[in-house]
Amino acid sequence: MTHAQAGHNVPLAQEVFPIAYQRGPSGMGPRNARRPRGSSSPMRPVAWLIGVMGELLVTAGLVLGLFVVWQLWWTDVEGARAQNEIIAEMDWGDPSTGPETATEHDGPPPVMKEPPEDGTLFAQMYIPRFGDDYVKPVAEGTDKATVLDTIGIGHYNGTAMPGDLGNFAVAAHRTTYGKPFNQIAELKNGDAVVVRTKETWYVYKVTESKIVYPQNVEVIAPVPGVTADEPMPELTKRFITLTSCHPMFSATERYIVHGELEYWAPVGEGEPKELTS
Amino acid sequence: MYALLWRAIPGPGWFKFLVCLVLVFGAIAVCFTEFFPWLSEYMPFNDTTVGA
Repeated sequence: MTHAQAGHNVPLAQEVFPIAYQRGPSGMGPRNARRPRGSSSPMRPVAWLIGVMGELLVTAGLVLGLFVVWQLWWTDVEGARAQNEIIAEMDWGDPSTGPETATEHDGPPPVMKEPPEDGTLFAQMYIPRFGDDYVKPVAEGTDKATVLDTIGIGHYNGTAMPGDLGNFAVAAHRTTYGKPFNQIAELKNGDAVVVRTKETWYVYKVTESKIVYPQNVEVIAPVPGVTADEPMPELTKRFITLTSCHPMFSATERYIVHGELEYWAPVGEGEPKELTS
Repeated sequence: MYALLWRAIPGPGWFKFLVCLVLVFGAIAVCFTEFFPWLSEYMPFNDTTVGA
């Protein structure tokens, strides 16, 4: 005997919305709410299935939202901390010994050999335009999991080493994972990009910024812009190339910054004036 | 589904709630440390390199 049959005009909520009330203790209805026996048996599994699917979908939505939080925020927190720790652990000593500013050397600079193994740290990069205290580690290779996501700036395999004739090409994230190249679009011609190996400062000056497609590999050619089907001219210049994604949070294009070596100086004989002024 | 879980946890309501909090925290931790790093390898929007 239900409530309505007993002579009341207004039906109970569990009679109007039986599905919402049939789950018993965990549902919205009172603990002892039951659908009338007999009539409900074919409905129960379907309603249960719909309920479970709803819960799964809601869970999937939450997990996707959480993924965005992780990607946009947490990788940054972890990345920035890891990169600062790496710089601290490299422990190359105080570079500001010696005179106030380093003497500028114009001759062929000393060039280190390319590390054979991906993930090997070999340099630090200073970009005054990104902040006075901007310094990021540079490692061999452009693999995401071992270099770009965890260390910061990655050196394209086979391209020139710092100071060498050809093109010292590096890549780094523009968003997420500590975003070393977050402000790459703010670099202007003439801005300094200073690379330091353990022994040597290499001071590059930006000469060009542009946006290309990911397949435009000629930007990291020994002479930027010379495609694979053209003969490579004799190398006379020492380039640097930074690559990052463009637009932000997208992989449609690449932001490219080219530069040329201005001068070099041995470490321990003062810092480049670009870093002290 | 979650109703089953709720009923499976023994003890009074506040205890069930606490256990659920721990479970949710654990699920988030697994996502952050294992699942998302794996998933991000298949996401295209982090590519910064030319070629390859």
